Amino acid sequence: MFLKPQTGKQQQQKQEIEPALQPWVEKYRPKTIDDVSSQEHIVAVLQKTLTSSNLPHMLFYGPPGTGKTSTILALSRQLFGPDNFKNRVLELNASDERGISIVREKIKNFARQTPRAQAVASDGKSYPCPPYKIIILDEADSMTQDAQSALRRIMETYARITRFCLVCNYVTRIIEPLASRCSKFRFKPLDNTSTFSRLQHIAQTENVPLPPSVTETLISVSGGDLRRSITYLQSASRLSSSTQPPTEITSIDVQEIAGVVPDGVINGFARVLGVEIPNDDSMDVDDSKKSSLKGFDAVRGKVKELMREGYSASQILSQLHDLIILHPTLNSRKKSQCAMSFAEADKALCDGADEELWMLEVGLTVHKALSK
Amino acid sequence: MTLWVDRYRPRTLDDLHYHRGLSERLKSLAASGDFPHMLFYGPSGAGKKTRISCTLRQLFGAGAEKLKIDQRVFLTPSKRKLDVNIVQSNYHIEITPSDVGIYDRVVIQDILKEIAQTQQVDLNAKQRFKVVIINEADSLSRDAQAALRRTMEKYMANMRIILCANSTSKLIAPIKSRCLLIRVAAPDSQEMEDCLMYVAKKEKFHLPSEAAQEIIQDSNGNLRKALLVLEALKMQSPDLTGPLTIAKPDWETYCHKVADMIVQEQTPGRVMEVRAKLYELLSHCIPATVILKTIAERVVERVDETIKPDIMHWAAFYEVRMRLGSKKIFHLEAWVIKVMSIYKHFVYSFDMEDF
Repeated sequence: MFLKPQTGKQQQQKQEIEPALQPWVEKYRPKTIDDVSSQEHIVAVLQKTLTSSNLPHMLFYGPPGTGKTSTILALSRQLFGPDNFKNRVLELNASDERGISIVREKIKNFARQTPRAQAVASDGKSYPCPPYKIIILDEADSMTQDAQSALRRIMETYARITRFCLVCNYVTRIIEPLASRCSKFRFKPLDNTSTFSRLQHIAQTENVPLPPSVTETLISVSGGDLRRSITYLQSASRLSSSTQPPTEITSIDVQEIAGVVPDGVINGFARVLGVEIPNDDSMDVDDSKKSSLKGFDAVRGKVKELMREGYSASQILSQLHDLIILHPTLNSRKKSQCAMSFAEADKALCDGADEELWMLEVGLTVHKALSK
Repeated sequence: MTLWVDRYRPRTLDDLHYHRGLSERLKSLAASGDFPHMLFYGPSGAGKKTRISCTLRQLFGAGAEKLKIDQRVFLTPSKRKLDVNIVQSNYHIEITPSDVGIYDRVVIQDILKEIAQTQQVDLNAKQRFKVVIINEADSLSRDAQAALRRTMEKYMANMRIILCANSTSKLIAPIKSRCLLIRVAAPDSQEMEDCLMYVAKKEKFHLPSEAAQEIIQDSNGNLRKALLVLEALKMQSPDLTGPLTIAKPDWETYCHKVADMIVQEQTPGRVMEVRAKLYELLSHCIPATVILKTIAERVVERVDETIKPDIMHWAAFYEVRMRLGSKKIFHLEAWVIKVMSIYKHFVYSFDMEDF
């Protein structure tokens, strides 16, 4: 669940969300730092701050969906409790305006306030409530260089009463002076067992039947990103529960939701490119039809077909990459030639190039490399 | 008198002609009250917009079809004024933020915050939330996409976002993971034929099967194009029998002419002629990518098998250059010269071996 919001207006909105309609990512956000999955090292360090009330500036980095935001929110919640949270924590993310003017005004103003006296906790528990405030800058790597430099002095001047926590995906986009002022925490991608148990736990609480094979699919399509797998799980359960009569979630549903191209389609493409795909009978019918075309025209026809189906080029690219690189019989020389062409294409797609042209280009290069 | 494309556009999810499974899903999602953010993607003319408007109708009833067009003014941080056209009904709002180029983030932030902070006042409305439709989501800038991230989670109570894109490649992963991805594939030829026959029946004329096949061949999975061609053909020859000539757009024939010129002769003089023609095309606002693709397709049809991959390779190469660079004609020209040189080399070495 998301933590107590910072302003009255948001609080109002928050209360209106019926629990059933809440995104599960928010609903099952860890409430204490002990709940954070598979980041034992970081949790152990942060546990100490709970008892010693000594917290450095922090920089959390790591791939998406590994629990960075959840950890800092859970930590501040444990430090301040729900009642003090509002006036002790300022959370800013990329959807708020975060130019240099905001850093100079909003952040600076908040940073220099003396922390207010501790309000009496209404839920009867006692919180450490140390004498400082926390400013959370979520998605800090999308802040401009100027805005980051403006932060430098602010961080030092008000260090006595304010701690900063920067959360980002790419630590290299944080300017060096800021990074050196923080203690860095690297969040590693979640391992499969903890993702598995987390997903099973959510499915159990939500009363969604979830066979282990589907959980495996969820994990494999989301690649260590827990948030993604939870969102997919929610979407899948929405779909399956809204049909009449309600059906179980299947692996195919999950793949469709995640936008993954079905294996049959990828195998068919790879076969046209000259990759040997052992015992796959589903595409045999297609093959005999296509056999009249050879070389260039075959590849072009297949690419056109894929584009008409609306699959995303980057997805096809990454799946084709996995298929070829892990292929058991191809020699490494051919594989490296393919890999080079994948890299070129990925860069081009990031630059916004035309998808059809580049799929064709990849297809032709791979075809050429393999038919040597 | 409206175009057939608009007149016979399906209005409800039940009317849709193909992808029945998808329609069923959309219907049950709309009924469940737990409607997620959505991302529709697929090639153009496959029916993404039609499906979105049908879903809206399913969600809100006929009221969602009463559209009004509004012009709004947004102010950038540097105090520049931006005019944006907005299509809206009482229940939804439709924007095309890519119209305003690099300032799309401002529009996104303003509109979304405004919608998110106002509640549905109409007590008779079927749903508590409003829907924001963002067209051409794949051309949103990185900033604008980043601005969407948290907003999508935070304001879930009052607002749902429907993104419409040709491909998901250019969308950042956090957006994709927050949406329910809906792939709308292009209809296959059988499904297209059914649609064409349906329109023909409604218009009370007989459409011969061969004519339908020819139209489908020409339109390449784009149903909108197919229907437009059908209407044009009907105007030309009311009985639709005998040999049909599907009129190609002017620019396409022009591109083909350029391709033929490249294959015929490879001299500096010819490059200058081609350059003039390319300029002509560009000045008529034909996108450079489309020009390049059309010419390349035509060129590979007329050259030997062995150099086809090379030609496509350089087409892809210069296409990216074109995106990154600032002047399109340079790269088009460079590609033309490259193709000519490849072709010439090929022809000469071929001759040498022969004699």
